[in-house]
Amino acid sequence: MKNTNTAILELSNIGIRLPLGADREWAVRGVSFSIFPQQTLCLVGESGSGKSVIAQAIMGMLPAALPLKEGKIDLLGKITPEQRSPEFNLLRSVKMGMIFQDAVASLNPIKRVGHQLEEILLVHGVSRKERKPRVLKMLRDVLLPNPESSYNSYPHEMSGGQAQRIVIAGALLLNPALLIADEPTTALDVTTQAEILELITKLKSKFDTSVLFITHDFGVVSDIADQIAVMKDGEIVEQGSAQNILQKPQHEYTQKLLKAAILDASKEKLEETEEILKADAISLTYKKGFLFNQREFKAVQQVSLSLKAGSTLAVVGESGSGKSSLAKCLLRLESIDAGRIFYRGKDMTNQKGVLLKDFRSKVQVVLQDPFGALDPRFKIIDAIAEGPIIHGSSREKANLRALEMLSLVGLTPQSAERYPQEFSGGQRQRICIARALIMRPEILIADEAVSALDVSIQVKILDLFEDLQKRLGFAMIFITHDLRVAAAISDSVIVMKGGKVVESGPTPSVFKNPQAPYTKMLLASAPGSGVGEVK
Amino acid sequence: MTGFILSKLFRAFITLLLTVSLVFIFIRFSGDPAAAMAPPDAPQEVIDQYAEKLGLDKPLWVQYTNYLGQIFRGDFGYSVDSGRSSVSLFLDRLPATLYLGGLSLLIALTVGITLGTVAALNRGNFLDRSVMAFSVFAFAMPNFLFGLAVILIGALGFQTYLGGQGATISWIGVLPPALTLGLASTGSYARFSRSSLLETINKPFVLAAEARGISRARRLVFHAMPNAAIPLVTLIGLSLGGLIAGSVVTEQVFAWPGVGQLLVRSVATRDIATVQFIVLAIAATMVFANLLVDFLYLIIDPRIRAQ
Repeated sequence: MKNTNTAILELSNIGIRLPLGADREWAVRGVSFSIFPQQTLCLVGESGSGKSVIAQAIMGMLPAALPLKEGKIDLLGKITPEQRSPEFNLLRSVKMGMIFQDAVASLNPIKRVGHQLEEILLVHGVSRKERKPRVLKMLRDVLLPNPESSYNSYPHEMSGGQAQRIVIAGALLLNPALLIADEPTTALDVTTQAEILELITKLKSKFDTSVLFITHDFGVVSDIADQIAVMKDGEIVEQGSAQNILQKPQHEYTQKLLKAAILDASKEKLEETEEILKADAISLTYKKGFLFNQREFKAVQQVSLSLKAGSTLAVVGESGSGKSSLAKCLLRLESIDAGRIFYRGKDMTNQKGVLLKDFRSKVQVVLQDPFGALDPRFKIIDAIAEGPIIHGSSREKANLRALEMLSLVGLTPQSAERYPQEFSGGQRQRICIARALIMRPEILIADEAVSALDVSIQVKILDLFEDLQKRLGFAMIFITHDLRVAAAISDSVIVMKGGKVVESGPTPSVFKNPQAPYTKMLLASAPGSGVGEVK
Repeated sequence: MTGFILSKLFRAFITLLLTVSLVFIFIRFSGDPAAAMAPPDAPQEVIDQYAEKLGLDKPLWVQYTNYLGQIFRGDFGYSVDSGRSSVSLFLDRLPATLYLGGLSLLIALTVGITLGTVAALNRGNFLDRSVMAFSVFAFAMPNFLFGLAVILIGALGFQTYLGGQGATISWIGVLPPALTLGLASTGSYARFSRSSLLETINKPFVLAAEARGISRARRLVFHAMPNAAIPLVTLIGLSLGGLIAGSVVTEQVFAWPGVGQLLVRSVATRDIATVQFIVLAIAATMVFANLLVDFLYLIIDPRIRAQ
C-alpha cells in the first residue's frame, strides 16, 4: 500500500438539486466521504436515498435536470468532475471504471462483447495490434472459463454472471484508480452473487484499485466493505469503518437495515393441522414454436408438496428453478401434464365450471411487481371490490368489505377513492394484499411478493403477512429467492432447482441442517455471514 | 436455424396458396366472366361458346384444380383484349413501376430517417416539433390530392405539364410521381425512426458506453443507431412489399405507364387473366418482402439467430 493517506476520491459537502416539484428539494445534500487506495467503501441505502445520483456525479454523468450545486469532487487531486468537457470526460473514463446492476443491458446487444471491449481501447488510443491480446488477457483475469469464445459471444448468449464479468473486464481494462459498482449483484442469483463479490475483492488487490460499492443489502456490505456510509433521504446518517458499523451501529436506521440482513429461522413451531392443499408429482412442460421449429421446456418436474391449514410453506430457488411455474400450476392457471392437485381432499386437477370458480376464490395470489399488478385506471376501492362482485356480491356490500380490508392492511379509508399511481411500492403491495384477502381465501400464494421492495418496507410487509395470517388463519405459499425472507416467514420449506424439488422439510431443520448439496451451497452463498450467525 | 427457415418458407407457401384460391373464388363469384367477355348483345349460344372455350362450363372444383395446375406450370392465362400472355403484359409494365417505387422509397428512406434523427437529437425543441408537424401532414395527405396539387403548381408556376409523358419513362417524368408517392412514407419513416432512436439513446448500454469514455458521436453512430435501425427493417419490408400495389393511385394521377395503370385498365375491361396475375404478383411481393425481412433479421440481430 502506497500513499495510504492520500485519498483517491474525495467528496466534500456535495449538494445536488432535484427539479422543482419533486418530493424533496435536494437529491443529496451535505455528503462528504473519502476513498483511500485499495479500500472498498460501501454506500448503503434504499431506493430514493440518492446513492446512485452520487455515482453519476462522480462519473460526470449527471442529467441536466440534476445539477451539482454545492461542494467539490476531487479525483486524485486533479479532476473535478463538475467540469463537463470532452477532455475531462475522457480522463475520467481512464481513471474510473463503472459497473451496473443489469450487466446484460449495459452491453450493446448486437455487437460481440470482445469488440465492445476493444472499442474502449480504441477510443483511448491503443494500437490495433495490442488491443485483442489485452482484451483476452483481461477476460482471463475476470476468470471467464473460455476467453476466446467469450470474446466472440453476444451479450444475450451469456448468463447474468458472465455478462457482469465482461462488464467488470471493461471497467478495469484501462487500469483505473477507482471502480464504481452500482448494485452489481442485485439482479444475480445468490450463488452467482457470491462469485462476483469474490472476484471484485480479488481484482481490487490485483489491479490496485479502490472500490465504491453501492448497495441496499447489508449482507453484501458485511462481506466486502472496509468503510461504510449509510444514506437515507439524500443524507449520510452514519459512516465509519466496517467493523464499527457492523458491530456497533449507532443510528436507528442502520440498526434496522442490519437486522433485515440476518437469516433467522427461529420461528415458533405451529401445531399440526389438517392438510388443505396437496400436489402429487405434478409436471408442467412448455411447448414453443411451430411445425419445424418446436422446442420443449420442462418447467416443473414431479413436484409434490403438502400445505397445512394456517401454516406457511416457502418455495425457495434461484431464477429458472420453476418456482413461479409451480405457483401457476397450483392456481390452475396452467394445466399440468402429469400429477394431481387436491384441495381439502377433492381432486382439482381437471375441475371446471362452478367448482373451479369456487376453488379460485379460495386461493388468492399476491405478485412481485406491485406497480404492474394494479390497473392504473381503477380506483383502489374498485380494484379491491372487483373480486367479490364477480363472485356475486352486491356493490354496496363489496365496497364496505373493501374499506374493512383497507384498514386491515393499515391504509386509511381516504385511500379508497385514489388511484394506484398515488401510492408507493409498499403501499401498493398492501393494496394487493387487501385485494387478495377480501375473497376470504384459505390459501394465499405470494410470488416474490416482497422482492421488489426496499428492505425496511420488506420487513413491514412480512410482519403484515404474519399478523394477518394469525388473525384470519389462511395458509400461505411463499415463493422467494431470498433465503432470509423464507427463514423469517415459513414453517416448512421446499428447495427447487431446475424444476425439481431437491430438499423439503420443516424450516429450522432445513436451514440449520441442510442435507442436499445444493441447499448447502445456497446457504453458504447467502451474503452476510459476518452480520450475524444463523440462529 | 434450418427449422426456422423451413417453417418460414412453409408459411410463405401456404399464404400464397390461400391468395391464389381467394383470387379464384372472388373472380368466379363477381359475375359470369363469359357474359362479360362476350359482346354486350350476344345471344346465349355465343356466351355458352365462350364459356366452353374458357372451360367455364366444368364444375367449379375441376376449374379450380385446372387453374392450380396451370399456375404450377407457369401458365397464367392470356389477355382476352390483346391475346398476349398476362405475364408478358405485366413484365412490360414492371420496369416503370419499379423505377417509380424504388425512387420514392429512396426518397422516403433518406429524407425520413434524416428528419427522424434530427428530431430525436433535438427532442422537444422547435426543430423536433416542426419535423413532427411535417410528418403528420405528410401521411395525412392523400396522394391523389397531393399529386393534383403538384401538377397544378407545375402548370401555373413553371408552365410545365407534369401530369404524364405518355408511354416514355424519363427523369423529369418520374420525379413528380415519386415525390408524391414518397411523401407519405417519408412522414412515417421520420416518425418511426425518431421514436426508435429516442428509445435506444436512453438504453443502459448507451449510458454505459458514456461511462467507458466513448464520445457522443461514436455512441450515436456505432451504438444507438444500429440498434434503432432494427425495428425499421420491418417498416422497410412493408414498403418493399407494397412496391407494386402502392403506386396504383399515383400512376393513375400522373398517367405513369406502370403496372398500376394496367391493373385499373384490366379491371375495367374485365380482363380476368391479367387481373388475376397482377393480384397474385402483388400478394407474392408482400409475402417475399416479409420473408426477406425475416431472413434479414437473422443477419442483423444475433438475438433472433439464437432462437
